[in-house]
Amino acid sequence: MPVIKADLDLCQGYANCVMEAPKFFDINDDGVVVVLEEEFPEGSRSRVEAAVRSCPVSALRIEE
Amino acid sequence: MGSRTVVVGASVGGIKTVQALRSQGYAGELIVVDAESHLPYDKPPLSKGYLNESLGRDRVNLISEAEINSLVIDLKLGVGAKKIDVAGNEITLEDGGRIGYDNLIVATGARARLSPWEAKDGVHLLRTLDDSERLRKDFHGARSVIVVGGGFIGAEVAAAARHHGLEVTIVDPLEVPMGRVLGDPVGRLFIKLHHLNGVATHFGNGVEAITGSKGDLTVELTDGRLLYGDLVVVGIGAVPNTEWLASSGLLIDNGLVCDEYCRADGQANIFGVGDVARWFHPKRKELVRVEHWTNAVEQAACVAHNIVNPSNIVSYAPIAYVWSDQYDWKIQIAGETARVADFVVVEDPSNENRFAAVYVDHSGNFCGVVTVNWPRAMIQCRRLLENETDISRPLNLLNDLLPGKAK
Ligand SMILES: Cc1cc2nc3c(=O)[nH]c(=O)nc-3n(C[C@H](O)[C@H](O)[C@H](O)COP(=O)(O)OP(=O)(O)OC[C@H]3O[C@@H](n4cnc5c(N)ncnc54)[C@H](O)[C@@H]3O)c2cc1C
Ligand code: SF4
Repeated sequence: MPVIKADLDLCQGYANCVMEAPKFFDINDDGVVVVLEEEFPEGSRSRVEAAVRSCPVSALRIEE
Repeated sequence: MGSRTVVVGASVGGIKTVQALRSQGYAGELIVVDAESHLPYDKPPLSKGYLNESLGRDRVNLISEAEINSLVIDLKLGVGAKKIDVAGNEITLEDGGRIGYDNLIVATGARARLSPWEAKDGVHLLRTLDDSERLRKDFHGARSVIVVGGGFIGAEVAAAARHHGLEVTIVDPLEVPMGRVLGDPVGRLFIKLHHLNGVATHFGNGVEAITGSKGDLTVELTDGRLLYGDLVVVGIGAVPNTEWLASSGLLIDNGLVCDEYCRADGQANIFGVGDVARWFHPKRKELVRVEHWTNAVEQAACVAHNIVNPSNIVSYAPIAYVWSDQYDWKIQIAGETARVADFVVVEDPSNENRFAAVYVDHSGNFCGVVTVNWPRAMIQCRRLLENETDISRPLNLLNDLLPGKAK
């Protein structure tokens, strides 16, 4: 299954990813993204891609 | 059947639209044109990390060449679009070339409002990559800069100039420049922030004239006071790029006027995205044009959906969201924070650089929030804005997030 990768050093806590796909992303107390489920089924692909696109600092990517 | 979507503008709105189209399964041809020759780049870093030189060029790319190829995007850079023939479904480029389309996306954004004051040189605007590079270069030879405009761009430029060690003065005709967005009481906190960072402010005072040249500029204020600086940066807003649409017959009024589905007024196959689009917001029941990054991305997703699913189109009713980095404050704003009835500030007693303000509308509902250095509070409040609620919920939530409280 494809896997979500987050670059925690780049993340600025803008949380657009959480707005797009709360099932997969959250923000911790330090204001950094937490990937709730790394693997995702094909059915969730366009949701996850929307979350990746919404990140203002390109901290997220999908690894096939 | 073959289908072709043409996108004019290869910045945030245009690029996110083609990415969303492919993500949603669009298999037709995609052509993107832009007047600029640079590979598509992002804008927010241009007044922040790129300007203060903490970010390199690679962090400003909007899309990689590998992705352009894998998504099969025909990117035509360095030549602008001159006009649309709406009846003929065709655009004409500045070089005379013509491109037919089945769907057209207008994503030509906005440009910096020109300085009405003319000096010989040394007066900067900030909108493009080239602008940011020119300013950065001039920062090196300068000791002082005067920033005209105390909004987001002006405040960020001031912070970047301080980072370069320059002496900085900001001028704005409003007494409380950030009050325009956050209301005066909260806006005042941002004036204090400038002062804490050693920036002088002349607010409530407009500019009468700018004279001289680089290294020796004089800014005359409306009260007669004179300010001297090596450079001036003018950040007084943006105007939508709609001149190329003038002959199209499309309705233009402070932007390309669109319906709630982001279609240009009366057109089934022309869409507006990003800073250029003034669409009918179905919840606010008025035309709005938003100059924020996240709006361009969300609007792009909506337009892509409406192209891929013509029998199931959706209206566009976003909750506004914008961030700004000023000095060591990471500011995030969601919802409506200007036209409000009241607000409550919640401070974190353990961290003087952290607070939130929660806003209430005239029907007593929670309508907006601003946070400083508090991302977790922002996302929780931002999600509450999706449904109608009174102010007690965000306030309880913020109190629970304060240290020493149960999670
Ligand atoms: C310095 C700066 C800092 C910012 N910081 C933030 C921030 O921190 N947070 C935030 O939320 N927002 C921020 N913004 C706003 C955000 O970047 C914009 O909302 C976003 O860029 C809008 O994207 P757009 O594609 O609609 O328009 P634009 O980015 O303006 O792009 C329009 C594109 O169209 C092209 N074009 C114009 N006319 C033609 C033509 N006739 N033919 C072909 N091409 C044409 C232009 O060359 C340009 O590439 C910032 C903006 C700037 C300038
Ligand atoms: S959108 Fe990007 S920066 Fe924001 S929280 Fe998610 S990963 Fe971090």
